[in-house]
Amino acid sequence: MNITVAGIRKQVPADTTIADLIVSEGVETPEYVTVSVNDDFAEQSAFATTALREGDSVEFLYFMGGGKLDIRF
Amino acid sequence: MAFTNEQLERYSRHILLKEVGAKGQRRLCNGKVLILGAGGLGAPAALYLAAAGVGTIGIADADVVDLSNLQRQIIHSTPDIGHPKVQSAKETMQSINPEVNVVTYHTFVTADNVMDIIADYDFIIDGTDNFPAKFLINDACVLAGKAFSHAGILRFGGQLLTYVPGEGPCYRCVFKEPPPPEAVPTCRQAGVIGAMGGVIGSLQAMEAVKFLLGKGDLLTSALLTYDALKMEFRKIKVPHRASCAVCGDHPTIDKPFDYDQAVCDLDARH
Repeated sequence: MNITVAGIRKQVPADTTIADLIVSEGVETPEYVTVSVNDDFAEQSAFATTALREGDSVEFLYFMGGGKLDIRF
Repeated sequence: MAFTNEQLERYSRHILLKEVGAKGQRRLCNGKVLILGAGGLGAPAALYLAAAGVGTIGIADADVVDLSNLQRQIIHSTPDIGHPKVQSAKETMQSINPEVNVVTYHTFVTADNVMDIIADYDFIIDGTDNFPAKFLINDACVLAGKAFSHAGILRFGGQLLTYVPGEGPCYRCVFKEPPPPEAVPTCRQAGVIGAMGGVIGSLQAMEAVKFLLGKGDLLTSALLTYDALKMEFRKIKVPHRASCAVCGDHPTIDKPFDYDQAVCDLDARH
């Protein structure tokens, strides 16, 4: 089936779950990634059981630090 | 208050803009923006806001300038090494624009003082890099009903999100809670390209300026990501999370708090 991952159209096997996609996309630090499907957040606890559907648009949102190297500031 | 001839000249390129004009410039001159962290993001943001004539600019940072800062923290110079960052920042800002009132906070911002520090400001810029601080700032701004700009930079990437009370998600809606220490890469371990602070910190300044002017669309319902290697900006739509612990339908956070990891990392730093 065809889905869109981070804005890029891709073909993935039918019944691909969010957890499968995290592996096949090589997501860095998968335990701490936020995932949205069709602009709605997916819950981490449901990644392994949420099968994607034809036409779904998936985004991975990553923690990103900032310009300051201190703890607190 | 009428502008002096010098002010008219200094701000002429603003005043020429139909979205700004004399009225908008007056709004900027009456505006109060707080910058938390005088680092890679805070440095360009502070320079542009001072140059823009934002009347009061607060800047908070407990640290002193280090040689390794100078690759990206362009508000500080080599002779500033060892001096408090807030002092160095203030001197540079007032050298660009002596009209600006720069308020310095040479302190760690914590749950104990964050509400007092943000209270006086219209808009807050998060220029920190650590997650406990980002969540503290988010929670404090949500609880105080303050608009703020979140940003992060790492390697060749950057991200940006603007929170405005009642409009779209907060940072905690997107990321829920800080990752454990060392669980995700930080600039300290993974590095960051110097100009990334310039790109993303300038966008934060732009959001502050638009907020003060009341013009344009703020980045309130999307996370902007920038990949410098691909030279690609993307706006990823992010919804408000009804279950958000601070801005959701049944919030469980009613006052700001410090995550414990901040303290251990602080100890580990020395």
